[in-house]
Amino acid sequence: MRVTFTVNGERREADDVWEGESLLYVLRERLGLPGSKNACEQGECGSCTVYLDGVPVCSCLVAAGQAQDREVRTVEGLAEGEDRLDPVQEAFVEAGAVQCGFCTPGLLVAAHDLIARTGQPSDAEIREALAGNLCRCTGYEKIMEAVRLAAARRAETRGGSPEVGP
Amino acid sequence: MTQRTSPGHRVRELTTAVSGGIGESPVRPDGTLKVRGEFAYSSDLWHEDMLWGATLRSPHPYARILAVDITEAVRMPGVYAVMTHEDVPGANIYGLEHADQPVLAVDVVRYQGEPVALVAADHPETAQRAAKRIRVEYEVLDPVTDMVAAAKGEGPALHPDGNVVRYLRIRKGEVEATADVMVVGEYEVGMQDQAFLGPESGLAVPAEDGGVDLYVATQWLHVDQRQVAHALGLPLEKVRLTLAGVGGAFGGREDLSMQVHACMLALRTGRPVKMVYNREESFFGHVHRHPAKIYYEHGATRDGDLVYVRAKIYLDGGAYASSTPAVVANAATLGAGPYKVDNVAIDCWGVYTNNPPCGAMRGFGAVQAAFGYESQMDRLAERLGMDPVEFRMRNAIAEGDTMPTGQRIDSPAPVAELLRRVRDLPLPPERRGRVDIRELPGGVSNTTHGEGVVRGVGYGVGIKNICFSEGFDDYSTARLRLQVIGGEPTAMIHTAAAEVGQGLVTVKQQIVRTELGVERVTVHPMDTSVGNGGSTSASRQTYVTGGAVRKACHTVRDRVLRMAAHRLGVPQEGLSLAGGKVVDARGAALADLAEVLGEEVVEATEEYRHRPTYRVDAERGQGDAHVQYGFAAHRAVVDVDVELGLVRVVQLDCAQDVGRAINPQAVLGQIHGGSAQGLGLAVMEEIQVVGGKVRNPSFTDYLIPTILDMPPMTVDVLELADPHAPYGLRGVGEPPTISSTPAIVAAIRAATGRALHRVPVRPEHITGT
Ligand code: FES
Ligand code: FES
Repeated sequence: MRVTFTVNGERREADDVWEGESLLYVLRERLGLPGSKNACEQGECGSCTVYLDGVPVCSCLVAAGQAQDREVRTVEGLAEGEDRLDPVQEAFVEAGAVQCGFCTPGLLVAAHDLIARTGQPSDAEIREALAGNLCRCTGYEKIMEAVRLAAARRAETRGGSPEVGP
Repeated sequence: MTQRTSPGHRVRELTTAVSGGIGESPVRPDGTLKVRGEFAYSSDLWHEDMLWGATLRSPHPYARILAVDITEAVRMPGVYAVMTHEDVPGANIYGLEHADQPVLAVDVVRYQGEPVALVAADHPETAQRAAKRIRVEYEVLDPVTDMVAAAKGEGPALHPDGNVVRYLRIRKGEVEATADVMVVGEYEVGMQDQAFLGPESGLAVPAEDGGVDLYVATQWLHVDQRQVAHALGLPLEKVRLTLAGVGGAFGGREDLSMQVHACMLALRTGRPVKMVYNREESFFGHVHRHPAKIYYEHGATRDGDLVYVRAKIYLDGGAYASSTPAVVANAATLGAGPYKVDNVAIDCWGVYTNNPPCGAMRGFGAVQAAFGYESQMDRLAERLGMDPVEFRMRNAIAEGDTMPTGQRIDSPAPVAELLRRVRDLPLPPERRGRVDIRELPGGVSNTTHGEGVVRGVGYGVGIKNICFSEGFDDYSTARLRLQVIGGEPTAMIHTAAAEVGQGLVTVKQQIVRTELGVERVTVHPMDTSVGNGGSTSASRQTYVTGGAVRKACHTVRDRVLRMAAHRLGVPQEGLSLAGGKVVDARGAALADLAEVLGEEVVEATEEYRHRPTYRVDAERGQGDAHVQYGFAAHRAVVDVDVELGLVRVVQLDCAQDVGRAINPQAVLGQIHGGSAQGLGLAVMEEIQVVGGKVRNPSFTDYLIPTILDMPPMTVDVLELADPHAPYGLRGVGEPPTISSTPAIVAAIRAATGRALHRVPVRPEHITGT
């Protein structure tokens, strides 16, 4: 079958897609977007997380056909512009939240969504929001740090005042 | 054709021009690619016209193969090749230390998941379906599954030399020593999985010269190259490996997985072949941590001085040897722990069974022993009425002491200091009043509001050998080139040492910046066109490859300074490189490095070896087997719901000596990550094997710590230089994995009063049901 949808703002189509192919497979193997990762393909690790119509989903659990005429945004589309990084991407690099980086694309989408929704999430909120994203390298300490950093920076640039004092 | 090429399809060099020498934490050169989704992991590679490979594996732990029929599979549309053991072009046998494992099974399978046949097809699903159409007729045999029985020689021999892969004994002082107080304990460690997130994968591209280029995620390119070439019947130079992006390793990529298979299919079809395991196949596609059965007896004086330790340690190596001999060496030589004890008798066996093959995993033999001896330390302290930290500190080994092997510790060993530091870190506040249920065991499952929840605190400390031991010729190679590019002095560093996420690419750049005073440093892709880099294991790469990079820098620097001295008409003595300039002894700039270099390309390749080690003798296990020892201590605070047996680790703190923190941020990353894997072993991670079969090969059933399971950590890093090591550094990656497990279990014991002799601790061990 043919599947057509918007990826990172661009209309794309994939031909000869099998019924059983996931959105993840089509992104990675048919559309040249291998940024979203395939650590389990069972909905357990979050490494394949993408936005589908603005909502983070595990793309390994979405049949490619379900994406028809919808909007997908992947890690490749998080930054606005070629040589810019989104604040959450920047914070992950700076804080040392990236080791092997295999969990990173999914975590970035999940963290990006969390910050967009909540502004400055508490630690408990960060943990809750990222509970579906496994990372085997970092023990999550630096990921926590990166999300706090990204949220604080975003609050600054948006003119919101970061929390001060106790 | 909808496919487009992406930056993520191809391995590339990494360049950054930032400041940041050793002791600083510059950003990773691959960081930007990784956060943009443009870093080429082995499973991302793509090639015009590539085919997909699949593996047919044995469903039985032990069986004779009576017949293999590939007729149906070959006929399927889209299938390009089906291969069995008859098609292995070279020697159908490989292995890290002993070649005992077939590339494809011949007449017997020795574990569930053993590869039997291969398929290449134009779609991964077609390849999988074709593999299922291969008919294999088995005569199922009774598997050998009991490691202790295997050590005793019971049951059928699975390999020509019997089922004991290695037996090692350590004897020091009086074997028959007696003491005022003694404790005896039996301990068990379950089978842990590395559970790296990036699945085994790679791309094999057939070459014009009849050879093959393999892009793969591995821990050691050259040892793969040797084994692959041997199996393909090709000379080494026709099998060229390049490291593709590695999604974590932790020991699980030391052995071959799909390397030979993909190359066989590529050479047969004349097309590039990509293989990617899914998570289930990954559980069968790599070795695991050896499960262990351990018997300890410790004796101490009434005053609390250790008198003797006796141990029997059994390690289940599964169907093939992998690195079992070295794991046995670690468990035995480190089996007394970081403690002073004059009388030692340790016997250790690594055996073959029909369980899944076990080999390297972070902590490598030291993890299993530490769970045993640390449990014993707590029991001894309790028996003596002493504080567990005081008791450990009193018996802690220190510089100048000798190990049970007779090896004298000749660099800092601040075991007591680490314990003191971790004990003195602030404790989390007591739970009081209404608590957020997210902070209780069971979390949002809402199993308790605090009733039945008891807090406990526990400690653990461990010891690990750093670098390869027992006389292994352990070295690394670095090629360094310095030249002016675009008006700027630019260094290019080339090694074959595998970056698996730990940050070696950053460390190499930092060393070059420090030694040559340049900012712009390019990391060449890691491949076999440069000399051996040795394995990314045993916490050794910063030490050994770092040493090689430093040495290559010195050679290049000396040449450049000679050029500068000649040009400037000054003596070379006292000149050095800093901030892109040639400077004199007082730090005054004499010339721009770029000017001195001009059109010249200065290049050097150097090998670095750490000091030699020796095999221990067979009688008493005596000898200087190890290069360096690493130590870490943990304190764990847990809340346990004693009614339901649920555990929440509230805080996990660590103190570790790293000699010199070459990259402080990466050091913390290793300590956090290592501690998390220790937490996993303590309370959740186990491959459940019944009758030789794996019951839980998925992330649904094999649980690793999530961000909700990991508590905040405070880490105290000590830097006591080791005079024998480059920059005084000490390997970092493994020690934190060793001590975190026993600390957490000790905390659970403190909360529950349960003996807990097995990890992972399960709810029923706590509730006693
Ligand atoms: S790959 Fe989709 S959740 Fe793991
Ligand atoms: S950085 Fe390796 S899995 Fe998260």
